[in-house]
Amino acid sequence: MEKHNNSRSPESQRPFIVEKTSGEMETIGGTVSVEINEKKMSVPLGTTILEACRKNQVHIPTLCYHEDLCIAGVCRVCVVEVEGMKTLQTSCSFPITTPIKIHTSTPQVRKARRHIIDLLLSEHYGECYTCSRNLNCELQDLAKEYGVDGFTFGHIEAPKYSIDRSSPSVIRNMNKCVLCKRCIRTCIDLQEVGVLEALNRGHDTRVGTFLDKPLADVICINCGQCINRCPTGALKANDPSDEIWRAIDDPQKHVVIQTAPSPRAAIGEEFGEEPGHSFTGELNTALKRIGFDRVFDTNFSADLTIMEEGTELLNRLKKALVDKDESIKLPQFTSCSPGWVKFIEHFYPEYLDYLSTAKSPQQMFGALIKTFYAGEAKIDPADIVTVALMPCAAKKFECNRPEMDASGFRDVDYGLTTREMARMIKEAGIYLPEMPKSHFDEPFGDASGAGLIFGATGGVMEAALRTVYELVTGRAVPFKNLDIIPCRGFDGVKQASVMLENCVEEYKFLEGVELKFIVAHGTANAKKVMEMLRNGELNDVHFVEIMACPGGCLGGGGQPIPTSSEIRMKRAQAIYEEDASLEIRKSHENPHVKYIYENFLTEGPCSQLSHKLLHTHYTKRGKYIS
Amino acid sequence: MNSILTPKKRTGPVLFSEYKRGDGIVKAISKSREDILFELKSSALKGRGGAGFPTSTKWMLTAAALADKKYLVCNADEGEPGTFKDRVLLLEYPELVFDGMVIGGYTIGAQTGIIYLRGEYEYMLEYLEEYMMRMREDNLLGNDILGKKGFNFDISIRLGSGAYVCGEETALIESLQGNRGEPRNRPPYPVNTGYMGCPTSVNNVETLASVPHIITKGGAWFRQFGTDKSTGSKLFSVSGDCGRPGVYELPWGTSIKQLLKIVEAKDTKAVQVGGASGICIPKSQFDRILAYEDAATGGSIMVFNESRDMLKVLKNFLEFFVEESCGQCTPCRIGNVKLLEGVELIEKGEFTFSYINTLKELGRTMQVASKCGLGQSSPNSFISILENFKDEIFHTNGKVKKNGKA
Amino acid sequence: MLVFEKNKLSEDIESFVEKYGSDRSALLPVLQSVQRKYHHISDFAQQEIARLMNIHPVEVHSVISFYTFLHEEPQGKNIVRLCKTISCDLAGKSEVEKAVQRELGIRFGETTKDQKVTLEHTNCLGMCDQGPAMLVNEKVFTNLDPENAVKILNEIR
Repeated sequence: MEKHNNSRSPESQRPFIVEKTSGEMETIGGTVSVEINEKKMSVPLGTTILEACRKNQVHIPTLCYHEDLCIAGVCRVCVVEVEGMKTLQTSCSFPITTPIKIHTSTPQVRKARRHIIDLLLSEHYGECYTCSRNLNCELQDLAKEYGVDGFTFGHIEAPKYSIDRSSPSVIRNMNKCVLCKRCIRTCIDLQEVGVLEALNRGHDTRVGTFLDKPLADVICINCGQCINRCPTGALKANDPSDEIWRAIDDPQKHVVIQTAPSPRAAIGEEFGEEPGHSFTGELNTALKRIGFDRVFDTNFSADLTIMEEGTELLNRLKKALVDKDESIKLPQFTSCSPGWVKFIEHFYPEYLDYLSTAKSPQQMFGALIKTFYAGEAKIDPADIVTVALMPCAAKKFECNRPEMDASGFRDVDYGLTTREMARMIKEAGIYLPEMPKSHFDEPFGDASGAGLIFGATGGVMEAALRTVYELVTGRAVPFKNLDIIPCRGFDGVKQASVMLENCVEEYKFLEGVELKFIVAHGTANAKKVMEMLRNGELNDVHFVEIMACPGGCLGGGGQPIPTSSEIRMKRAQAIYEEDASLEIRKSHENPHVKYIYENFLTEGPCSQLSHKLLHTHYTKRGKYIS
Repeated sequence: MNSILTPKKRTGPVLFSEYKRGDGIVKAISKSREDILFELKSSALKGRGGAGFPTSTKWMLTAAALADKKYLVCNADEGEPGTFKDRVLLLEYPELVFDGMVIGGYTIGAQTGIIYLRGEYEYMLEYLEEYMMRMREDNLLGNDILGKKGFNFDISIRLGSGAYVCGEETALIESLQGNRGEPRNRPPYPVNTGYMGCPTSVNNVETLASVPHIITKGGAWFRQFGTDKSTGSKLFSVSGDCGRPGVYELPWGTSIKQLLKIVEAKDTKAVQVGGASGICIPKSQFDRILAYEDAATGGSIMVFNESRDMLKVLKNFLEFFVEESCGQCTPCRIGNVKLLEGVELIEKGEFTFSYINTLKELGRTMQVASKCGLGQSSPNSFISILENFKDEIFHTNGKVKKNGKA
Repeated sequence: MLVFEKNKLSEDIESFVEKYGSDRSALLPVLQSVQRKYHHISDFAQQEIARLMNIHPVEVHSVISFYTFLHEEPQGKNIVRLCKTISCDLAGKSEVEKAVQRELGIRFGETTKDQKVTLEHTNCLGMCDQGPAMLVNEKVFTNLDPENAVKILNEIR
C-alpha cells in the first residue's frame, strides 16, 4: 500500500491507492525511539504520531483523519503536546523523525480539544433526534467523550444553507457540515470525479459544487463514497423507506424485494456484529416478517447478467475474429455498476460503445419481475412494487433512469441501501442476528455462487470466466475449487489472462486465444484504465470489469458507516466464504436461469426479447455544465 | 496624487547605508557557500517578516537538502496592517532586494527565484520587470552570472490576488502552485518540501535586502547594531496619530518611548506593535524595547492617541482576521468570529465578565492549536487590548460605550 | 454568451495557457489574465480553463472564490478599492466613503449601472502613512479627502 505522503497539501491532486496488500509498515531507514505519555517505544522513521499511538493502544480522538484518504490536518482535534514546541501539533500529520517526547492528554490539550468541539457545535445546525446519523455520528462521539454539557459559545439559531435534495442519491445538508474536507478528498483524490470543493474563504467557507449548482446538475456519479466518509449527517442517501412502508401497508400492493450479496455481508454491522459474516438466511426471514410479499435473490439476475454479458462477449469476439468486423469494440466493459456507467457517460462519452449493453442485475430483475413473474403469479404488474436492497447509492439514480421501463412500468421502484434496510428492520422490532434462516422465494429461488461474488471487486470477472470458459472449452476453469485467485484482491488494477485451448466446435475460432482481462475498482483506477484504452494499450484485452466503488460493491455508498480497508476485506471474505459453501457455483448451472431461458426468453441470451427486457442504451453526457 | 515614487533620501544604519548595485554579488561569488553561511551566522540575522527565524539556519537547511531543483522565494506579500516597508524597499532600493536574492540563490543552490508580489502592488510590476531586464543585460541575472561558470539564476514575478493569508510561507507556496492559499501541515518544512515538493527558502523582502550589506560589510559590522538577541536594525513603518509617519530604520533595542519621540507623536495612549497580529502596548509600558525578545514586530507600528476608542481599534482588527482567515482549521475559522462577536457584545453592553474570560481562554487555545500564524496571532490583540485597556473598555470612565451610552 | 464571444474567449484562454503553461502552477496567472481582460471569469471561461489545464471545473471555481481579486460576476470596467484597515480608518476613510457613494449613487459592493465603476472595500494596501488610500484598477491614490477622491473618480468615468 502506498504510504501516506505527509508533505501533501490538504487538497491534493494525486490519487491515493486505497487497499493494503499487507499489514506491515515498511521500515524506511531505521527506527526512532520516542516517549509517548512517559512510555518509551520504538517506531519506524516517518511514522506519524497518530499511527504510533494507535499501534500502542494510546487513544487520540480524530475527526478529519480517515485512513482511506490523504491527510488534511484541519480539524485540530488530534492535537498533542510535543516537548520543545510551543504550539500543539496535529498527531495525524506529524512524522516522527527525531526522538521526541509526546503528551497526548495534558490540561492544555484537553482544553484545546474541548474548545474545538464547542466551536464546531456552535455552528452545527440540526438536532440529533431527527438526524439520520443519530447514534452513529463522530461529532456526537466527540461531544460525549469530552463531556460537553452546554453550548459554551452559543448555538446557531437558524440554518445558513438550504438543503440540496436535487439528486436521487445524495442529499447535502451543509448546515451540519464540520468542514473536515473528507468528502472533498474522497471526490477529488480518491474517486477523481471532482464534484465537491471548498468555496469561499474564512468563515464563509463551505463545501460546494461548481457554481454552487444542485448535485443533480453537475457531474456527480452518485457513487455515495462521500456519504460513507462523512462524519456527521451532512451527507446522506435519499431514503425512500416511508414510501416503502406505505406500499407494504397497502393491501392492494404486492411488494417484492430483491437483495444483493453485499448488503447481506454487511448488514450485521448495523446490529453490532463484527464485519465478515453474511446474514442471508436471517435477512430473508426478517423481510418476510416486515411484510414484504416476496423475497428474491439478486444473485439470480446476476447469473442472468453473466449469461447475457457472456454471450455478448462471445458474439463480439466472433464478429471481431471471424467476420473481421472493424466496428466491433473490444475490450468489452462491464456495465453493472451505475456509478461507473455515469462516470463513463460524463468523462469518456466517446467510448460508450465499449460498454456491454446488458443491464445491471437489479434492473434485469425489475424487468423480469413485472413481466415474467407477474405472469407466473397472475398479479397485475401495476400492483407490483419492486424494492431493491443494494449496497449502492447510485442504484437510486439507476432505477429512475428514463429508459428503465422495459416492463411497461418503472422496472424497479425503489433502491434501498443497507443502512436504510437496517433501520426498517429495527423499526419493525426485529433483531436480525437472532432470526431463523429461511430460503428465497420461488420462482427465482436460491442462486449460484457465481452470482454471489458480484459483490466483491473481480467477482463479475470471475463469474463470467466460470461460465464463458466452460461454454467455450466444455471444461471447468482450470482453478482449484473454481476460485479464480487472479481476479481476487484489492489491487487497484489487476491484469490476468486465461488460455483457451481445445475449444468445442462452436467456438473453434477462439482456439489458442489468450483471453486477457482487467479488473479495476474505484473510479480513479477506472480513469487509469480508460487512459490506457485511449493510448491504445488495451488492444489485446478482451474483457474489463470496472466497479465505481473502492473494494467493489461491498464498499458501496449505501453500506454501513464507518468504512475502512480492513472492514472491506472482511466483507470480501464473507462473500467468498458464502460462495464456497454453495452447491451451485456457476451461473449457467442455476436451474432457475435454465427455466427462464426455456420458458420465457426462449430465443436465448442476446435475442430480441432479451434485448428488449435485459439490455439498455446509454446517454452521452459529457463534462460541460451549462 | 500618485505618491509612489517620491524619491527620498533616507538615512539609516544598515539598510539605508551606502551600497552599490552588484557589489554584494561580486563579493558573494568570490566566496564559497559555506563562507557566506558563516558570515550570515555571525551576523545572527533573523527573518524580518515578523517570525524571526534565523536566516542562516534556513539557508543552511535549504543548501543541505539534496535535490535537483531548489527555489528562493521572496515574500513580498506585505499584508500586515500598518506595514509598508517592503513597498519602500522594492521601489526605492531594488538593488538590495534583487542582489540579496541572487546571493541567496548562490548560497542555497537555487536556479530559480520567485517574487510573490501582492496583488495590491501590481503598479510596481512593470517597474520591477524593467529593473530585472537591466540586470540581465548587465549579467547580474541569467546564465554564468558575472562570469561565474555554472551559476545560473533568474527571477520571475508572480502576482498575488488579494489574500493576506498568502503571506504565510506555506500558504504562499500553495498559492504559487495554483491552489487555494491554505497553509500546509508542518513538518515537513518548506526547506525540505516546498514549492512543487522541492527545497524552497521563503524570505521576507527586508531579510533579503539585509544580505548584500552583510556580505559586503561583514557579519560583525552588522552585529554591532541592535541587541544580543536581535542584531542589526529594523525598518519600522509608522502610521497613525503621529507628526511624521513613514518608514524609519532604527536599531533593534530602541524603546517605544524613543520611537515616539522620533516620529513626533503626542498624547499617545497606545502603540500597536506588530500590526493586527501584534500586541497593544499601553502608556505604562512605553519603556519596553523593540526586539525579538521583548516587543517583536515585522515592522508595523501604529500609534493611537488619547482620542481613539480602543474597542473600535480591536473590532477593526478582528474584522480583518475574520475576513482574511483561510477557513481551513476550526479554531481560527470559528474562533475569530466568536472573538468578534464578543467585542460586539461589549460594544452593546450585553456581556458578562465570565464570558469574556471564556473568550480569553479561547484565544489562548487559538494561539496554540491553530494551523498557522494567522490563527495563532489573531488573539494577541484581543487579549492585550482587553487586558491593558480594561478600565477604558469595561468601566464608564472612558469615552467607550457601555450599555449603549457613549 | 454569443458564439463568437465564446470563440474569442477560448482563443484568449488558449493563448494565456500557452504563455504560462498548462500545469496547475500556472492557474493563478491564467485566471489573473482573464480577469484583467474581461473583468470577470465567467462559468464558460472556468470550464474552458478546466478543460485546457486538465483540472476539475469545481477546483477552478474554488480557487476563484478564495481570492478577493478574482471574480465570477461581471465587474465594472474600473474597480475602486478603498482601504478599510485601521490606519486609513482613523485618517478619515468614512468621509471619503460617504462622498464616493454619494457621487456614484451606489453602495460599496455594487457596480454602477453603466458598468463603468465597481466599488469595493479592501484590506491594508500598504499606504498607511498616507491614508486614506484607494486602488483604482492597479493605480494607487493616497492622502484622499472627499473632494479629490471624487475628482479622481470623475476622471475615470
